[in-house]
Amino acid sequence: MDWLIPVLLALGVLGVLGVIFGLLLGFIGKKFEVKVDERVAAVREALAGANCGACGYAGCDAYAQAVVDGKAPLTACAPAGKVGADKIAEIMGVSADIGERMTARVRCNGTCDNVQYRYEYEGPHSCRAAAALSGGPKECSYSCLGYGDCYEVCKFNAITVENGVASINDDYCTGCGACVTVCPRSCIALIPKNRTVVVRCRNTETGKTAREHCKVACIGCKRCEKVCPSEAIKVNNGVAEIDPEKCTRCGACVAACPMKCIHNYFEGLHEAYDWK
Amino acid sequence: MQITEANIVTILVFMVSCVLTNNFIFSKFLGCCPFLGVSGKVETAFGMGMAVTFVMALASLFTYAINTWILVPLNLVYLQTIAFILVIAALVQCVEMFLKKASPSLYGALGIYLPLITTNCAVLGVCILNVTDGHDLIFSVLNGVFGALGFLVAIVLMAGVRERIESSVDVPKSLRGFPLSLIIAGLMSVAFMGFSGLFNNV
Repeated sequence: MDWLIPVLLALGVLGVLGVIFGLLLGFIGKKFEVKVDERVAAVREALAGANCGACGYAGCDAYAQAVVDGKAPLTACAPAGKVGADKIAEIMGVSADIGERMTARVRCNGTCDNVQYRYEYEGPHSCRAAAALSGGPKECSYSCLGYGDCYEVCKFNAITVENGVASINDDYCTGCGACVTVCPRSCIALIPKNRTVVVRCRNTETGKTAREHCKVACIGCKRCEKVCPSEAIKVNNGVAEIDPEKCTRCGACVAACPMKCIHNYFEGLHEAYDWK
Repeated sequence: MQITEANIVTILVFMVSCVLTNNFIFSKFLGCCPFLGVSGKVETAFGMGMAVTFVMALASLFTYAINTWILVPLNLVYLQTIAFILVIAALVQCVEMFLKKASPSLYGALGIYLPLITTNCAVLGVCILNVTDGHDLIFSVLNGVFGALGFLVAIVLMAGVRERIESSVDVPKSLRGFPLSLIIAGLMSVAFMGFSGLFNNV
């Protein structure tokens, strides 16, 4: 049992030192106590807690502090959405008016089968790296590159890359916009969630060139324009654009498009979705 | 120790050499993390320097006491690092609580670098160097205080240079931020090497 005494001695010395310092710290802590606003913790609880930075602050804690200080809008936490904003408003004793629920949409359908390739890319697995190499391996300079920078940056596991094009799950997307910022092609846009009819192409090239580059490019044929009963769709600069105010989500353009580049996400949404 | 003329000269030389020739950052390369991290503004740099000075001065006092009167007699010298860190962590907590109360703006500006003084190698460095160099109580405390003042001088100078550069010089994009800070730190280190011949004639 020779070893026991030094061990106990070491434990004792460190233990006693620890207790002494602990007591001292406790005493000093009492003396220099700072009152923390209880609302900060309450607001912090109401947030999504992903530290995604969509609000423009360093993290959820910084944002909660800023809300209580009156420096930040109550509605800036996109992931928490309307539920979170209402809770924060209740804590702060004011009413919150949150805008439309946004969701990210990929405006490209240039999958490996659809788009032509110019060269074989063998660099780092990153869209930003690929885009820097003479505009990426895909012929279409508007296309999703499919190396998943958005997938990497998404805090909510809403993005997958399928067959060379990013795909976003509505149910998980909170509209924080991290993917929009990271995409080197500006392929992803934040669109109000109820605007489900989306033109999945941004190619402004002439019809012939666009068709050569990609099987599902918008060729600007204006068939959607003619078929739309509410005059919501216009071909502008060689690519179709939908006016969200007029669109009734009837799906006529989706059926009419010869290139199949307009998509209605309505079927993908679950029915209980609150359109606010 | 009797106070004689020779002693006073030794002490004075020791003080100046702690600040200039044996500067923790420029000649021992300890404490570089806060030196680069919080040297953006002179004001915050000064706050950091003062916090480190406080911690280092008290840490060298306490660790000397703990080492000489507890660890050495009980044959527990191998606990040095852990015991010293315990002292430093407690001191840093004190500083943190004090600053939070006394100067919330400085507390906010120092951010994560304040609790990181705990792991500042200059602080642990001074405690361990005191032991390995065999300093007595007075020299240990002097080493802590003036070593920390050397850190203060270095970080404030650095902040001054960086402030100037940020406001007036058109820095090439590739050098902006940390690359340039590292180059400045290197040049300052070279400049401080010039002090090493200071005491050859004493």
